[in-house]
Order: sequence, then structure tokens, then C-alpha cells
Amino acid sequence: MDVSIEDSGGESGEGGDDGAHMEYRPSAGQQERERFRRSRKRRDQWIAALCTLGFVVVVVVGVVASPGWDRVHSLFLDHSEFTRTFPAILRGFWLNVQMFLIAEVLILVLGLLLAVVRVTRAPGLLPLRLAATLYVDVFRGVPTLLLVFLVGFGLPALQLQGTPTQPWVLGVIALVLSYTAYVAEVFRAGLNSVHPAQRNAARALGLNETQTLRHVILPQAVRTVVPPLLNDFIALQKDTALVAVLGPLEALRVAQINADYDFNYTPYLGAALLFIAITIPMTRYADRLQRKVAQRTWAEAGR
Amino acid sequence: MSEPLLRIRGLRKQYGERLVLRSIDLDVAEHQVVCLIGGSGSGKSTLLRCVDLLDTVDDGTIHLGGTELTDPRLDDHAARRRIGIVFQAYNLFPHLSVVDNITLAPRKVHKVPRKQAEEYAKELLARLGLSDKAKDYPDRLSGGQQQRAAIARALATEPEVLLFDEITSALDPELVGEVLDVVADLKQRGLTILMATHEMGFARHAADRVCFLEDGVIREQGTAEQVLTDPQHESTRRFLARVLDR
Repeated sequence: MDVSIEDSGGESGEGGDDGAHMEYRPSAGQQERERFRRSRKRRDQWIAALCTLGFVVVVVVGVVASPGWDRVHSLFLDHSEFTRTFPAILRGFWLNVQMFLIAEVLILVLGLLLAVVRVTRAPGLLPLRLAATLYVDVFRGVPTLLLVFLVGFGLPALQLQGTPTQPWVLGVIALVLSYTAYVAEVFRAGLNSVHPAQRNAARALGLNETQTLRHVILPQAVRTVVPPLLNDFIALQKDTALVAVLGPLEALRVAQINADYDFNYTPYLGAALLFIAITIPMTRYADRLQRKVAQRTWAEAGR
Repeated sequence: MSEPLLRIRGLRKQYGERLVLRSIDLDVAEHQVVCLIGGSGSGKSTLLRCVDLLDTVDDGTIHLGGTELTDPRLDDHAARRRIGIVFQAYNLFPHLSVVDNITLAPRKVHKVPRKQAEEYAKELLARLGLSDKAKDYPDRLSGGQQQRAAIARALATEPEVLLFDEITSALDPELVGEVLDVVADLKQRGLTILMATHEMGFARHAADRVCFLEDGVIREQGTAEQVLTDPQHESTRRFLARVLDR
């Protein structure tokens, strides 16, 4: 008690503000509280560590003790098989990354365009709006793998001039068709999430619909949709493996070829590790962004 | 008296079943400050929104100068450029700095070159005591500073009439004064202002005319002195007793 009274100004006349702060020492009661909190925290850390260790032991023992473990071990965890095939899989994975990057750019542009078309109100754009709605409904409903088959085998069969025939290009087209529908919906949700008062404020200043969208609504919407977009792109990164069914030598296809060769499935594990190596950092980053957006929204709402 | 700048006749507005404005007749002459008072839900905000064409009226007319704002053939974007409005919740654009908030409309709507728009914005900010906040984003400002920035944004397009919709209601009491000082300064400069307010003290010394709204009509209007000190209507007396008693 004495300390707090002194600290709150009793000394500021003589020693100045700095002096008053330097001389602050927690009271006996506060020191006792902090000692208790520290010991409680140490105890919690011990509990957490012991529980984790126990859990890991149970899982490992359970798996290793299972009747088929020896077989699984030699079929999926073969060290020499892994080192032999991994470089080829890694080269294949580079194609996954390329497909992902190309698809991502196209999806962002097309998805944003579709979303903007869907929120416009100009009467002349009604056919476009209907087409956009139909597109989203259809392509969100069709499984991505099915689309890969349809585009991969159907598009070349049309024998139109200028149609790409490389399987990986066809695969990218299928992925773009599928994911654009999702991303358009994410963008549209973002556009609709901007508070109506913002639109009113822009209109009140004399901005027309296009100017309001471009300078006021869109910039705010993009900020909100970045985390959900990242989630979609994590899924896209994984789904580049679906293109394997068309035959280009990407990671999964290379792993498959090697596994079929000697009936050892360790290459699949190699491919899985590569996908995880990319998606886990992306997931963490998306989580962090999401937290930041949430904090900002709470701060704005709390005013 | 010459032709009023803003002339409202028989204005009616309902939201679904709820009749908010029954029949409003109101004139605002150039260089006048007119205060709208009345309980919450009495239609003050709706009236201002109708004047700024943010809501379509259900009957009656609004004239600004020689233009009928309620004519559906009117280019409403062009009409809104002649009117400035400031909202209770500021509604600054959170993704733009204060100076960008202010220059957005002049640059994009009125096609003023950026440099010139920014110079005028700086002048406005200096007048409103926000010179050091030009580059800050709205979330770094206090409520009073945000509201003054919103006023600067409304002034930047040099509107013929300013509409203030309870601009001090969301502010902490100690910040109300700085915003009202700005309004008083604007009155000195001869701007035309129609404002909804709960600040009776301010209305008393700044308003040229005070209108008391109730049940969608103007029950009583006159000079601030008349309405606030010697109200003729029973319901005005009741309202004033309620708000001044606090």
C-alpha cells in the first residue's frame, strides 16, 4: 500500500518523474503473487510435457505393435527406395508448383471479375450477371476430379483449332474452371461485407457506382478476403495432384510410376512430404492473417 | 425574404408500415443555420437522408436552388455533389489516410488535379486544427478528430448546403465542444447548414431557426429564442423539459 501511494505522486515533487519510477519495487504481496504464478506456470508446463510424451508413446507403441507393422514398414518406409526416387519426385513437384502459380493468377483475376459482375446493378449487364451466376452454380457443384477428366479428355476431342493438347495445360484449365467459382464467391462475400454506411458516404460525396466500387468498396473487401483466399489456395496447391490422371509427370504421377515399378509405396510418402512442406507454412501464414483481420474488425466494432 | 436555397414541401416517407415523415414543410435560406430537434425516431435523420437522395421520398418535393431534387429524371450523382453530409458515425474510409479521404471526391468526381486538391485539403485541415493528422489513418484519430476530418471531407467539394446528422452524438462529452466550435466557425463563414442535433445549448446560440419534429411533422418552428425559451406547443414543452432536465 505504502509503495503505491508514494509511486502515484508523493515523490514527484522532489525526485522528478523518472526518479519515482526507478524507485518502484513491487510490494511484498505482489511479489508473493508473482512467485505463486511462476510456480503454477512451471507445474502446467510439466503436465503438458508429460501428457504429450505419454500420448506419443501410446500412438507409436500401438502402430509398431500392430500385426501388419513389419509389412507396412518395408512397403512405405523403405530408406533406399526413398533416396532413389525422391530426386525424380522433386523434379515432378516443380511442375505442381508451376501449375499452381499459373492457375492462381488466372483464378484471382477471373474470380474478381465474376464477383464484380455479380454485384453490379446496371440493367444492361443482366445477361452477364445471369451467366456468372450459372457458371458459379455449375462449377461449384462438379467435383474437381471429374472436371479434370472432362476437360482433359473432352477438350482435345473437339479438335478445335488452337486447343492446347499438353496434359498439364488442360489440367490447369480444369483447376481454373473449378476454383474460379469458389474464389468468385469469396470475393463476392468480401464485397458484401463492406458496411453499407461506406457506400452511402461515397454516394453522398457524388461518386457514381463504378467510382464507389473501385475506390471505396473494393479496397476494403480485398483486405477482408485475403485469409479465406489463402485457404482456397492451400486446397488448390494440393489439388494440382489431380492432374496426375491426365499423365503429365508431376509429383504424384512420378511417385505412382515408381511405386508400380517395384510395388514399394515409399515414393507416395515422398510426394506427400513435398505437399506438406508447402501447405503447412501457407496454413500458418493464413492463420496469422486471419487473426490480424479479426483483431482489426473487433477494434472497429468496439468503438 | 428572398427565395430559400432549400425548399421542402409536403415531404412524406415511410419504411414499410412505419410512417416516419408525414408531411414536412421547411425552408432554409442561404447563410442560415437551421437546427432540427426532437426525440429519437422523430424523423430528423430520415429528413436529412431524403434531402441528400440517399432515400427516395414517397411524396412531396425538395428544391435546391432552381433544381427539383425529387425529380426521378435528375442525375442524382450530379445533385449530390451540391450537397455535403456528415454522419453521426463519421463513416470515414478506413483504408485511406485523412488527406486521401478529403481529396477522393474532388479528384475523382470534380477532376481537380491531385496537387491542387491536396493544397485545399491542407487548408481545410489547418482550419479544423488537424494539420498534423493529414497522413494518419482514421483509426489513429480520436472521435472528435475523426468527425472534424469528416466535416473537412464534406467541405472539400464546396457544397451549397451542408447537412449534419447528429454529428456529436457518438462523441465523448469532452470532445463535443471541439466539433461544435467548427460548426460555429462555418456559420461565421456564411455556409448554409441544416442539422439534426441534441445539443440544445448549441442550438440556442448558433441556430437562426429551430424546428421541433414530432410524429413526422414540424410541430413548432421559430427563432432559437422562441422555440427553446418560450415554446408554444405542449409537446415541445414536454420534450424540452425531458432533455434539459438531465
